[in-house]
Amino acid sequence: MLRRERWRLLLVFAVVVAALITVFPVKGRIRLGLDLKGGAHIVLQAKGTPENPLTGDSVERLLAVLRNRVDQYGVTEPVIQRVGGDRIIVDLPGVEDPQAALELIGKTALLEFRPVLSVSSQVPAAPYRENYESDEAYQRAQQRWQEAKDEIDALAVRMEEQQKEEPSLYVGRDERGTVYLLGAPAVTGRDLQDARTNYDNLGRSVVTLKFNSEGTRLFDAATRENVGKQLAIVLDGAVISAPVVQERISGGEAQISGKFSPPEAQRLSIMLRAGALPVPVEILENRSVGPTLGSDSIASGLRAGLIGAGLVVLFMLLYYRILGVAADIALGVSMLLLFAGLVSLHATLTLPGIAGIILTIGMAVDGNILIFERIREERRSGKTPLAAIDSGFRKALTTILDANITTLIAAAVLYYFGSGPIRGFAVTLSIGIVTSVFSAIVVTRVLVSVFAGTRRGSWLA
Amino acid sequence: MFAKRTFNINFMQYKKVAMLLSTVLIVLSVALLLVRGLNLGIDFSGGVLVQVELSQPLAVGELRELLRNEGFSGSTIQAYGDKGIIIRVAADSDETQLQVLQILKQKDATLELLRLEKVGPVVGKQLRQEAIFATLIALVGILIYITFRFRFRFAVVSVVALMHDTLITLGIFSLLGREISLPFVAAILTLVGYSLNDTIVVLDRVRENWKDNRALGLDGMLNKSVNQTLSRTINTSLTTFLPVCALFLFGGPVIANFSLALLVGIIVGTYSSIYVAAALLSEWYVRYPAKS
Repeated sequence: MLRRERWRLLLVFAVVVAALITVFPVKGRIRLGLDLKGGAHIVLQAKGTPENPLTGDSVERLLAVLRNRVDQYGVTEPVIQRVGGDRIIVDLPGVEDPQAALELIGKTALLEFRPVLSVSSQVPAAPYRENYESDEAYQRAQQRWQEAKDEIDALAVRMEEQQKEEPSLYVGRDERGTVYLLGAPAVTGRDLQDARTNYDNLGRSVVTLKFNSEGTRLFDAATRENVGKQLAIVLDGAVISAPVVQERISGGEAQISGKFSPPEAQRLSIMLRAGALPVPVEILENRSVGPTLGSDSIASGLRAGLIGAGLVVLFMLLYYRILGVAADIALGVSMLLLFAGLVSLHATLTLPGIAGIILTIGMAVDGNILIFERIREERRSGKTPLAAIDSGFRKALTTILDANITTLIAAAVLYYFGSGPIRGFAVTLSIGIVTSVFSAIVVTRVLVSVFAGTRRGSWLA
Repeated sequence: MFAKRTFNINFMQYKKVAMLLSTVLIVLSVALLLVRGLNLGIDFSGGVLVQVELSQPLAVGELRELLRNEGFSGSTIQAYGDKGIIIRVAADSDETQLQVLQILKQKDATLELLRLEKVGPVVGKQLRQEAIFATLIALVGILIYITFRFRFRFAVVSVVALMHDTLITLGIFSLLGREISLPFVAAILTLVGYSLNDTIVVLDRVRENWKDNRALGLDGMLNKSVNQTLSRTINTSLTTFLPVCALFLFGGPVIANFSLALLVGIIVGTYSSIYVAAALLSEWYVRYPAKS
């Protein structure tokens, strides 16, 4: 063996050992994207309102509130970052209920206590046909129901006119459709010290509030002035409940009971603790993957990869025989280096990323094929095996580089423009191109030289 | 053995047929793209995607009717495996996801929610623009690289070859009505890079054989080059085709369109690097011989 080859062999050996140390044990070493481990990816657009315009400061406060909410919700390794001036990306790995996560993130959670100035009657339940004996009776009931509704709507219109004259008033509805004309807010969520989930004596979920000193004072005043009257609890513009104030409350504590399920009550208390969003947000984009689909994707990607690799290995063995052994070993090294690259660059593996790896399996042997075909040609033109190997590698080199650089350009553009999963694809493809070029021009070369040296190249006819 | 055979096929004899075939395919693809258009997924058109696994198989027709009755007439339903269902709805409202899920739960209370996606119209438009822009940037970058590496005419024919591949792949997707999503763009860009792989191998050989131009004639020299590189063109395509094929068959529904685009592209790309690039070069140099 030539001395130069000995150095190459040593290099390959060192690289492989380093890669093995980097990659094994595999568990936990490779960062998985949200599409593989499950979780929610949410893009928010901060929206300014006339009375609350969007400023750099309000977006910063928005980030702080979101972080606070997510932390309290108990998500591990969340990513909350600002992109551009007014967009925020929230990545929540492992969230099982995407809808709940969305509510936690997207709700402004502005809590207000407002005195009730006037209130409509309750909207009666719509009649059911089954409850009536004849079609006529049912129609009459429907008509009565419609009239009652129209009456309430008309009242709402009158209230809204009143509200136009007096901007601090507010017209709100509760979930049953009852309309309220509400006075200016007496206390808001800003004056809260704490919010906890609890159960009332009927076993319903409630949120208990503890005001700070300012809130305690305001709430004391509001209850004193409204004894015997209703005080509405308004969350993000919707009336949650409007209990009658029995007596003045000066202890600084209050309770919100609505029709909450325990998780809803828990989310509400988190939002109240973390504070309201300083500006409302709109959900621009939301991609959530459940944990099952993620692990299914890994399993099917692994299966496709193994089958694909098996086919390629088999093809190379059948077609190129001993040279095929060299190519297959080089393919193995290339894959090992690809994973080592992923681990050491802290890259995130996504489903398209797995596709990139599988594509690389095919492209990794391309370089070997170029080299082997060239060696065969050189042999046919009468060169000795060693000379053929040497010039085969030399002549194939530029072709290999050309062919891979164009793919690398495409991958670089994808990395620059893509986000999340697509970026994962660009990363695995790029690393794959680099490792397969390395394995073709270094690893395969060493192996072929070693083989040629041991068997005098008689096989290389 | 087969591996040691040398090929001697007179490719250039059929260059007119090949160019006619390619022209017809391109015209058909462009016509399809103009008339039928592409089935843009929610990534680009905005909308909602709900993917669930049902506890028992359900007829897609039944589900479609149910959704239509509830006012989601513009929805597409894709079934995979025997219990998997992917529903895409163009509507844009925060409630749509929930409503679709509720409808599904009426049918099957114990279904498992696998994936929920919502893309707002603003983001959809932005992603669309970015995809077009990225494709153009990649094309320009590659064009610059090969102009720098090859002579100008080589660069032009390889770009024609890759546009040929891209257009036909898009045409086939239009014909099949397959969904175009973000990973599809990644597949197309990869194709752009990969399609050049084979073309470059052939053109590299043409450059090397250029000195035989006089002895063999232009077509003879091109034939020699294509034949010399034929086994590697076929082998490299085959080794890439095999894993991508495995990915298409076993990789699951999320990635299926991505691998289909690659499969189609690899097939068309292999044909184009054998035929399109060399045939175009031949025509070009016959009509307008190089100076000097």
